[in-house]
Amino acid sequence: MTHSHVELRAGAYADSVTLLQVSRTVQGLDGVLAAQVAMATALNVEVLTEMGFEVPAEATTNDMVVALRLDSADALTAALAGVDQALRDATRRVEGPTEVAPPRTTASALRRSSGTPGHDAVALVSVPGASALVEAMDAVDAGRDVMVFSDNVPVGQEVALKRAAAERGVLVMGPDCGTAVVGGLGLGFANVVAPGPVGIVAASGTGCQQLLALLDHAGVGVGSALGVGGRDLSSEVRGASTREALRRLDEDPSIELIVVISKPPAADVASDLEEYAASLSTPVELALLGEGRPDLTAAAESVLRRLGRDVPTWPIADPPETFGRVSGGVIRGLFVGGTLKSEAQLIAGTGGGHTFVDFGDDEYTSGRAHPMIDPSLRLEHLARAAADPETGVVLLDVVLGHGAEADPAALLAPAVAAVSQPVVVAVVGTDGDPQGRARQVRALVDAGAEVHLSNAGATRRALELIGANQ
Amino acid sequence: MSTPASVVNVGADLLADAVADQATPVTRVDWRPPMTGTEDDLATVAADPLRRTANERALAAMLDVTATLVDVAPASEVVGLRRGEFLHAGPPIAWDRASGPLRGGLMAGAALEGLVDDPEDAVALFESGSSVTLEPCHHRSAVGPMAGVVTPSMWMFVLEDAATGRRTYCSLNEGLGKVLRYGAYSPEVLTRLRWMGDVLGPLLQKAVRGSDHVDVTGILTQMLQMGDEAHNRNRAGTLMLLRDLSPAMVASGADTADVAEALRFIGGNDHFFLNLAMPACKLALDAARGIDGSTMVVAMARNGTDFGIQVSGTGDEWFTGPAQLADGLFLGSYGPDDANPDIGDSAITETAGIGGFAMATAPAIVRFVGGSVPDALATTRRMHEITLGENPRWSVPVLEFQGTPTGIDVTRVCRTGILPQINTGMAGKVAGVGQVGAGLVTPPAEIFPKALARLAERTRERA
Repeated sequence: MTHSHVELRAGAYADSVTLLQVSRTVQGLDGVLAAQVAMATALNVEVLTEMGFEVPAEATTNDMVVALRLDSADALTAALAGVDQALRDATRRVEGPTEVAPPRTTASALRRSSGTPGHDAVALVSVPGASALVEAMDAVDAGRDVMVFSDNVPVGQEVALKRAAAERGVLVMGPDCGTAVVGGLGLGFANVVAPGPVGIVAASGTGCQQLLALLDHAGVGVGSALGVGGRDLSSEVRGASTREALRRLDEDPSIELIVVISKPPAADVASDLEEYAASLSTPVELALLGEGRPDLTAAAESVLRRLGRDVPTWPIADPPETFGRVSGGVIRGLFVGGTLKSEAQLIAGTGGGHTFVDFGDDEYTSGRAHPMIDPSLRLEHLARAAADPETGVVLLDVVLGHGAEADPAALLAPAVAAVSQPVVVAVVGTDGDPQGRARQVRALVDAGAEVHLSNAGATRRALELIGANQ
Repeated sequence: MSTPASVVNVGADLLADAVADQATPVTRVDWRPPMTGTEDDLATVAADPLRRTANERALAAMLDVTATLVDVAPASEVVGLRRGEFLHAGPPIAWDRASGPLRGGLMAGAALEGLVDDPEDAVALFESGSSVTLEPCHHRSAVGPMAGVVTPSMWMFVLEDAATGRRTYCSLNEGLGKVLRYGAYSPEVLTRLRWMGDVLGPLLQKAVRGSDHVDVTGILTQMLQMGDEAHNRNRAGTLMLLRDLSPAMVASGADTADVAEALRFIGGNDHFFLNLAMPACKLALDAARGIDGSTMVVAMARNGTDFGIQVSGTGDEWFTGPAQLADGLFLGSYGPDDANPDIGDSAITETAGIGGFAMATAPAIVRFVGGSVPDALATTRRMHEITLGENPRWSVPVLEFQGTPTGIDVTRVCRTGILPQINTGMAGKVAGVGQVGAGLVTPPAEIFPKALARLAERTRERA
C-alpha cells in the first residue's frame, strides 16, 4: 500500500538547483517511489498536484514543500532522514583552513577580494528576481562589472540599475542574461570557443550561443561575447548596456568585427544605436532578428563573408533509419532556448497549426531551475506531444556549454527513442564544450533523431518532413 | 577585454562550478532570502541615487571625529537640566511603561535632587507626572549607561570634537553592584552619588581644566589593542585615563585624602572609562546624522522596555520594538527570571563599531558573556557583513589589524538577517536590585524593516 507524505517547512530555503539535486537524491532512496522537494511557488504546486500530491492551501512561496510517495508508511522515517541529509550535503562547503564563514552579500564578497590579487572580480548574480537588483547594485557600487542571470526583474529596476552603472562606467550584462564570454571566461551558459577577431553584443543568450557554435564550426574565434539582456534595446532601457558593451569591444584591439544580436529595437532606440555604432572605429554588424529578416544562421554566414572567410556546409547527422513517410500533422517545437524557439516559429510561419514552447520562459521558471539545467518539464511535454495524433514532427533544441546539464542526451535520448514521429534536433554547442558535442549528437542519432548544428536548418527540415510549402 | 581574475557568485552554485571548471577563482556568497516582505523596499533603497554617496559621507563624517575630554561640570550647567527634569536611556518612555531598573534609577535621582526624602515616595511623584518630565539622554546630546538617569546636580564628562566644537555629555560611572544605573536606590547608592557630586566631580573638573585635554579617541585606539572592547571591558582604558589625569589631580591643591579616595575609586572601577567611551562614540555618530539617503544607523538605545534605533537618512525618528533578554552569565544566585530586558544607551559603542562588534579584540571577557574565543572572532567577522566600512583607527591585531566593523547598514541587516551583536550588563527587573549578570543580546529584528520602510518611503517621495 503506497503512502504519501506532504509537509511544509516554513522559512526553509534552498535554490532551485540545490532542490533539484536533493529531489533526485531522495528519489534514489529505498522505498521512495517519487519525491519532490521544492519551494511552494505556484508552478511547483501545480507540478506537485499533477504528481498527485495535495499541497496545503496555506503554502506560500517562502515555504519548502517536502512531498514523498513511498511504497509503505514504514519507509517514512528513513526517507525524511534522507531528505535532511541531502539538504545538508547540498549546502555543505569545504572551508579553507581559516574557517572564515562565507560572505553573505555581494558587497561583502567584493570587499573581501579587494585587497587580494584579482581584485578586478566580476559579479555573477542568479538569485530570485526580486532580490537581483540589490545584489547587482553592490557590484555597481564597487565599480565592478556584473552579469545578472536572474529573470523576473521589473523593468523599472533594470532602468535604475543601468542608470547607476552608466555613472560608474560599469557594464551590466542582463537581467535575464544567460550567456557571456568575457575575455575568454564563460559566464552562465557559455560555449567553449577559441579566442578570435569577433566581438558579440547579444540581447539573447541562446541566439549568442548559436552564433558562437556556428562561428566555431567555421573556425572563427570570438574574443568576448557580452550579453545585455532581452530588454536592453526596448524604449524603456534604451540600449544602456549595449552602448557600454560596444564601447568596451571597440577599445579591444583584438576585435576586428562587432556583431549585435537582438530583436529589432524600438525605432528611436535603433537610430541612436546605429548612430553610436557608426561613431566607433570597429565595424559593427547588426544582426536583427524578426519577421522578414535573416535568421541566426544567415547572420553567421554574413559575418563570415564580411571577414573574408568561407561559409561551410552546416553539419547534419542522419539517424540510422531514414524517417518514414509523414502524412501531414503539425510541428511540435519544444525548446529550452527562447531565441531558438522564436527563430523556429518565424521560419515555420503562422497558419500551419504548429506549436512552439519555450521552457525557459518566465512562466516556466518561477521557483524552478532553467530547463537547460532541469529537463523534467520538457521531457513530460515530449511524452505528451508523442502521444498526440496531431503531431507530425517533433522539433527540439539541445544547448551545450558551461553551466548546462552535464549530459543532456542521457535523459533526452531514451525519451526521443520512445517517440514514434520523426524527431529533428538542433544541438547548439562546440567540440570544446564540457558535454562534448560529438558525443551528444551520437547519442541522439542512435536514438533515432536527425541532428543539426543550425537551428534554422533543423526547422526547415521539420517543415520539409511534414510536406509544408516553404 | 581582459579576462576577469576572479568571480563573485551569488545564487546558483552550478554557475560558480562552471567558473571553477575554467580554473578561475570564485567566491561563493552564502545568499539567503532577506527578512520577510523587505524585497521591494530593499530594491527601492538600493536604487536610490543618493544612497551610495550619502553612505560614504556618513561613514567619512563619523570617522573624521576625534573626541577630547574638555571639561567636567554639573548637568544643570552643561546640559541645561532644571529641577524636576530627568534624562533616561533609550527611546522616549513614560513612567507607566518604564521597567523596574529605570523606575529605580528615577527614584534614586528624585531622592538625590531632594524632590523626595525617601526614594519610595518618588513613585507617587512620577505617577502624578506633575512637576517632573522624562526625556531621552539622546535628545540632549548625552548618553547614559543602563537606566541612564541624569539629574541636574550630577556631574558630566564634556567631550568635544576639536574640528567643529560640537559636544556630547555623559555622567560619571558609579562602579558595579548596587548602583543607580542598575536601578538600585538604597542609602549606600545615594551616599556614593553625593560624594561623586561633592568631591569627585569638582576634583575631576580641576584636573581636566588644569591639564592637557584627554584624547579619548586615542585611548580607545590603544585600549582596543589591550584587551578592552570598550563596552563590557574598560580596564585598560580606565588605567590610561588615570595615567593622564592623576598628575593634575595630585597637583590640584585639593585635600590629599580626597585625591587618594578619588584615585582609589577610579582605579577600583574597571568601568570608569565606559562613560567616556560612550559619549566619544556618540560624538562621532552624531556627525553622521541627517544625511538624506543614508541607511546608516546612528543610534541604538534601550530604555528597559523598548529597543530603538535612529538612522541617518530618517532624521530623529525612533524605530522601536520590545527590548530582548540577554543571554549570558548571572551573578551569585540570580537567574534568567531575575533579569530585566535590555537597557541603556551603551549600545552606542556597538553602533560605532566597538563593544560586541570588537569582541575579537577582547578574548579575556568572552567567557564572562558566555562565549568562546572562536565565537569572538566569528562575531567580529560577522558584523563586517552588516557594516558599511572599517575604522582604520581602531584595528584588531588578531584579525591581522583589520579595522573594526563600522557603520551599521539597515539594508544589510534586512538582507542578511544578521542582527547587531551587543555586549551588555543585565539589570534586575525589580527596582532596587541592581546588576544581576552580563551577556549578549541583539535588537528585536522587526525594527530594521520598519526603518527600511521609512527609508524607502522617503526615496519614493524624492523620485
